[in-house]
Amino acid sequence: MASLLEPALPETLLTAPKSAARIQRFTVTERALHWMHASAFFALLATGMILYLPVLSTLISRRQLVKGVHLWVAVAWAVALVVILIVGNRKRLAEDWREIETIDRDDRRWLRGRKAPQGRFNAGQKINALLTIAFALLFALSGFFLWLGERDHSFIFAGTGTVHDALTLASIGLLVGHLYLALIHPTTRHALRGMTTGEVDEAWAKKHHAKWVDAERKIVDRK
Amino acid sequence: MNDRTIGRAGFLGILGLGAAGLFLAKDATGLLDRAVPKSVSSIVPTSGWRIYTVGSSMPTFDPATYRLDVTGLVGSPTSYTLADLKAMPRADQVSDFHCVTGWSVSDVRWGGVRIADLLERAGAKSNVAALNFVSAENPYEDSLTLEQALLPDVMLAYEMDGGPISRPHGAPVRLVMPQMYGYKSVKWVNRIELGTVALPGYWERNGYDADAWLGNSNGFSS
Repeated sequence: MASLLEPALPETLLTAPKSAARIQRFTVTERALHWMHASAFFALLATGMILYLPVLSTLISRRQLVKGVHLWVAVAWAVALVVILIVGNRKRLAEDWREIETIDRDDRRWLRGRKAPQGRFNAGQKINALLTIAFALLFALSGFFLWLGERDHSFIFAGTGTVHDALTLASIGLLVGHLYLALIHPTTRHALRGMTTGEVDEAWAKKHHAKWVDAERKIVDRK
Repeated sequence: MNDRTIGRAGFLGILGLGAAGLFLAKDATGLLDRAVPKSVSSIVPTSGWRIYTVGSSMPTFDPATYRLDVTGLVGSPTSYTLADLKAMPRADQVSDFHCVTGWSVSDVRWGGVRIADLLERAGAKSNVAALNFVSAENPYEDSLTLEQALLPDVMLAYEMDGGPISRPHGAPVRLVMPQMYGYKSVKWVNRIELGTVALPGYWERNGYDADAWLGNSNGFSS
């Protein structure tokens, strides 16, 4: 019988990644969250700049319209966030959060400019993610009070606008750094592929995220 | 502190700082404003001007056609060109500008006409008790009682910081009422209606206080 003559394929070959050269870094949920946030951010930045910069406010003087767009994009952002949290892979997002908020010994050494093996997120990416989430929540909080204060004057606080403005400036700084590393810097720009296709080159990952690749291998071996 | 709490502590720290900033941040931008050179702060308003409009387009000043009409309780309705206004007794002052949304600009230099001089020139009747300032930016308007309009630092300004008032700041003429929040200082003024009662302006119709005293209106107290 054929099955006796031809040995069955070893188990490991069936469960191993189809192409050994690629490794999955981001699931659909993570990518959806990233690109949803990115598009909302750009729309809010563009409309916000028109509301904020005197030159642009003068050029495009339809303030009420621009303000309306700014507010509705913010609402759409919040709704999309909730939808992703409900229908997305929450287990994976919880895992992301656990990794991001853990700044271990290697991360601290890496931040001081020393060589240290990194996980799926390097220490810089962790800090970027922590700041991005904190800024998003503070944008939402201060933006909500800007909106509410206009309607109920007991909610006008002296620093609401200042916090919203300061967050804008800080976020632009963060964005410039993020875009440079994602699009231009030679050793990190490969990461963009992870955020578009979900997969990255295993050799690249081994070099820049050694602890992650090692951990993934252990999981595969155990299977 | 273990590895995991470091990131979380930093995260919560920033959140706390930002939330506290809602109540405390104003003084910090004052410092920032002083630290940033004027050339930079005119592009990026650190705590400088914001340009707020309510209409669908910003009024454009044409010296050939501009007239300031004074109507209502006057001997006969009169209208002035910018040159007419400049021929009236000139007043100068330095005052701070405070917006109800929280930003302020300090030490703005204004040049213009005091309301008393304008009323005298226009031949205002003795029963005038309120002035309604109508903007070329439809539907913006706001009013002051006569008593408020005659305060020593209220003026109809045609100069700001040493030059003519620019378009975003209300060219050619705007009201300056430093003791109240900025929405009382109507920009692009092209008509002043003299009456007996102060009419609710654009923002008053949207729930803001008519007597918009700094620190003592619109939910602020000092």
